[in-house]
Amino acid sequence: MAIVESSTKVELGGTRGGPDVPTLRQDRWWLQPVVTVSILTAFVIYSTWAAFQNKNYFVGGRGIHELISPFYSPCVSNQCVPGSGTGFAVHTWAWMSPALLILIFPLGFRMTCYYYRRSYYRAFWWSPPACAVADGHSSYSGETKFPLIIQNVHRYFFYFGLVFNTLLTYDAIRSFHMNGGGWGLSVGGLVLGVNASLLWLYSLSCHACRHLCGGQVKSFKAHPIRYKFWKFLTPLNAQHMKFAWVSLFFVAFTDVYVRLVASGAWTDFKLF
Amino acid sequence: MTDVTMKVWRGDASGGAFENYSVTQQEGEVVLDVIHRIQATEAPDLACRWNCKAGKCGSCAVEVNGKPRLMCMTRMDTLPEGPVTLTPMKTFPIIRDLVTDVSFNYAMAEKVPALLPPPMPEGGYVMFQEDVERSQEFRKCIECFMCQDVCHVIRDHEDNKQHYAGPRFFIRTAELEMHPLDTNDRREFVREEMGLGYCNITKCCTEVCPEHIKITDNAIIPLKERVVDAHYDPVAWLGRKIRRKTKMSSTEAAVQPAP
Amino acid sequence: MTTNSPYEHHEYDVLIIGAGGAGLRAAIEAKQRGLKVGIVTKSLLGKAHTVMAEGGMAAAMGNVYSEDNWMVHFRDTMRGGKYLNNYRMAELHAKEAPDRVRELEQWGALFDRTKDGKILQRDFGGHRYARLAHVGDRTGLELIRTLQQKVVSMGTDVFMECKVLQLVHDSSGRVAGCVAYWRANGEFVTFSAKAVIMATGGVGKSWKFTSNSWEGTGDGHAMALWAGAKLIDMECVQFHPTGMVWPLSVRGLLVTEGVRGDGGVLRNSEGKRFMFDYVADMFRAETADSEAEADRWYDDHTAGRRPPELLPRDEVARAINAEVKAGRGSPHGGVFLDIATRRSAEVIRRRLPSMYHQFMELAGVDITREAMEIGPTLHYIMGGVQVDAETAGTAVPGLFAAGEVAGGMHGANRLGGNSLSDLIVFGKRAGAGAADYIAGGDVANGFDQGEVESAVREALAPFTRENGENPYDIHRDLQEMMQANVGIIRTASEVEEAITKLEEFTERVQNISVKGGRAYNPGWNLATDLPSMLTVSKTTARGANLRKESRGGHTREDFPGTDVNLAKVNFSHSITGGWAGEITTVESPVLEIPAELKSLLEEAK
Repeated sequence: MAIVESSTKVELGGTRGGPDVPTLRQDRWWLQPVVTVSILTAFVIYSTWAAFQNKNYFVGGRGIHELISPFYSPCVSNQCVPGSGTGFAVHTWAWMSPALLILIFPLGFRMTCYYYRRSYYRAFWWSPPACAVADGHSSYSGETKFPLIIQNVHRYFFYFGLVFNTLLTYDAIRSFHMNGGGWGLSVGGLVLGVNASLLWLYSLSCHACRHLCGGQVKSFKAHPIRYKFWKFLTPLNAQHMKFAWVSLFFVAFTDVYVRLVASGAWTDFKLF
Repeated sequence: MTDVTMKVWRGDASGGAFENYSVTQQEGEVVLDVIHRIQATEAPDLACRWNCKAGKCGSCAVEVNGKPRLMCMTRMDTLPEGPVTLTPMKTFPIIRDLVTDVSFNYAMAEKVPALLPPPMPEGGYVMFQEDVERSQEFRKCIECFMCQDVCHVIRDHEDNKQHYAGPRFFIRTAELEMHPLDTNDRREFVREEMGLGYCNITKCCTEVCPEHIKITDNAIIPLKERVVDAHYDPVAWLGRKIRRKTKMSSTEAAVQPAP
Repeated sequence: MTTNSPYEHHEYDVLIIGAGGAGLRAAIEAKQRGLKVGIVTKSLLGKAHTVMAEGGMAAAMGNVYSEDNWMVHFRDTMRGGKYLNNYRMAELHAKEAPDRVRELEQWGALFDRTKDGKILQRDFGGHRYARLAHVGDRTGLELIRTLQQKVVSMGTDVFMECKVLQLVHDSSGRVAGCVAYWRANGEFVTFSAKAVIMATGGVGKSWKFTSNSWEGTGDGHAMALWAGAKLIDMECVQFHPTGMVWPLSVRGLLVTEGVRGDGGVLRNSEGKRFMFDYVADMFRAETADSEAEADRWYDDHTAGRRPPELLPRDEVARAINAEVKAGRGSPHGGVFLDIATRRSAEVIRRRLPSMYHQFMELAGVDITREAMEIGPTLHYIMGGVQVDAETAGTAVPGLFAAGEVAGGMHGANRLGGNSLSDLIVFGKRAGAGAADYIAGGDVANGFDQGEVESAVREALAPFTRENGENPYDIHRDLQEMMQANVGIIRTASEVEEAITKLEEFTERVQNISVKGGRAYNPGWNLATDLPSMLTVSKTTARGANLRKESRGGHTREDFPGTDVNLAKVNFSHSITGGWAGEITTVESPVLEIPAELKSLLEEAK
């Protein structure tokens, strides 16, 4: 038997108590994984479909009352719908939807997110499916080996996320620019604005953000400004799960809304 | 007063089985009261570990209906109708009935390098409330070891006990890492020796903590981020090279001489 | 030293029985003196009753009120103890506590802080100034964890869940070790040691409503007495005024004095702050006589005199008892402790987090909105093994005692917060005392195997009896009898009845039979605790009978006043003939206080 090295001798492999069953829980512990799998699967199917559409992601033009889907912003291909392009083309392949390049970043941010990790390790990987329910695998190395060791790059996706949040905020502001040169707000502009705000909340409540802004310092007394940041971010961080879900729904909803308006199925009403 | 069936695991390393006890439950009682009544009447040799019966010592952790709970803090009237199942903590070897051998945790405690403070100035250390608060949260730990019990890394994979310390020792390390007086750099230790990378942050430890310590959000993830600083982040690594700084915590120890 | 023990055997320089604050602090000291140290504890390391201490540890550091110093602390301790204290212990305690507290920070303790970064201190009953270093309401946990981690880092051997049955001597009467058994498998184990430090804590489990944990069975008191040491002041038992009274399941569970220190007040069923009616003459000069004055005091101690809720514990407990008796109690037989109307919900949750959760989870009461129902609960025994103040040495060579098991420090009544500081001051002194004793060279040179064998025989006897009594029945009856007869208010007839009944209990314990095997058998474990409980209860009852006055934790209905002659004596108990043997009680004079210290008691008003 293996022994844990210390002066307190611990022999591994001792007999455990209780019946040899995966769990004794009688509550509906399976409900949460089922909900998680359903929602995340639905989102992946929808976003894949939307990303391959390569159309109906932009409304407007000439800088007036423009709406662009967050899946396609910034459009950095030479195939962009007129008016939606940034004038900067990362690739020129006609077969590749501009969305595919963009989605890597938010997808990477969410895939490496500490909250989503908890959810999909539980729901998809059953490691474990729920607390005190047996792991679905016979061996386990956690995040110590490739590929899961890559989760440690989360902060870089966080940085990219900030860039995207800035661009989407810019998109929302552009949508406030109305016909006749004035400023106004349409339902679509409101949708873009709310979407950008939720994404900011999701990013700012990120664990890596909380660490980088203040959590990493040893002494708060010596770093009062970083302490203020940390104090501000800590309650947001506690809501990270909520922001993760709401912003996910809303990003999809924003794409749906722009898609409906762009395809002519819906009119974007002006509020004022 | 109602009658309730307690399904209690009786046995030792050589085997065991559930035994049913029918007991009368009185208003406001907790699971431990009912166990005591069983001991005083039907089964004086029913083994259970307890000390304070006030939720402060963390001795009476068992699994109630399959989930780790303190028997002294689990009111009978909060449990669903039907028989109540009591089993010993699953992650540790059984001694007898509801008592397990938790020496794994004491072995891990020995591995943690002690606090390494600077010499104490005349009149004592000066530390500020905002600097002690983070570690104070972790020092609320009553060592009931329910987080260790529920953690699937060792609950379901015995072999991981060789290189994984468990949530209790992550909060202990976080406590020292954030301690205003500690001059040790514990990031490599927690990665290499305590197996922080095995944790996949599924948060069950936080769910079961009777002290409501935010184990995952406030200790494990901050530690993971500190390990990233020290080990995985190329920019942070480069920054340290340029500034010729290898240890962050030792140089920034928040100790100021007393006035 | 040679032994031919048939059991598992270990040898140490210093063996410490008990792993609470005093035991662990003693271990650190002995270890720092380069000795081989073993600690034996009845439960797991870190679970000792010390974790239940909530409010703080008293030390006159003067961080909040610079007027505070050891002399004021000494005076408060002596006044609180109604002058029955061993003055030298009170003096050393007041002088050394600040250093002992600061030293904990080197080992990792994190107390709450003042604005300028010093250790914050809180008000408590009987302390003139805010003096209690604390961490929220879990100071005991902080203390035990700090000491535990220090002990572990020093590589000390800890024998967990190992119950000591009896001390063992050498042929010339020096303490040479002890005999114990492992709870896990019921196997016996012997320890030989040059010095043994008793640090086993209290005796509360002999009463029905107590804040004490399972372990408080008086093992150390009893073993020291059996081994030849003396017990003093055993009638002085502290009833903490604020224990939970409902639900019945948690009756007796402690509600920290910190609630009152932080502004909580006591009210009767008429909503009246009744403590103003119960201020004894001794405290009148320094106690507020109106609610307005009392309320000013919390923010600034110079703006008013102390609220009467913060009188010493014995005074408050008696007052609550009187209110309930007069029919002005709460629905479940206590009174109301109200902080909800006095402090904001945010402050209550921050300052008293454990209390908030304790009431929320166990009683379904939100203390930020409702008053708590509380009543007196047995909390602490001031009496204990008579020790030398400097060394913590007892009458038996090689035996030392520190913490609750030692007597003298607190006199007739202990002030809140003086217990945790007692542990670290006298824990250290016991460790040093044992080291000096060993350095003196005149240590045990044998190990009486006969004592081991008789202890083993006695421990195993319950397995050999058929149809004897269930130990749980005896324990329950003992608790009810002690609660009824030797409770907070005593009279001659009841105490005399207790003395008689305790002899009956002795016979019943000798007829216990135990079911099952020796491995982790709580029934058997209880059977081995009962002799200690009976021994301690007997000394308490005898002391209560002889002290025909009311003083501190000892209140006689038939002798409500104090007696100047009894102020000069401690009742000292010794035993011959084993645990069921003959107890002798004599008057032993209280130590004479030197003139310069006496002046401290008199000048300060």
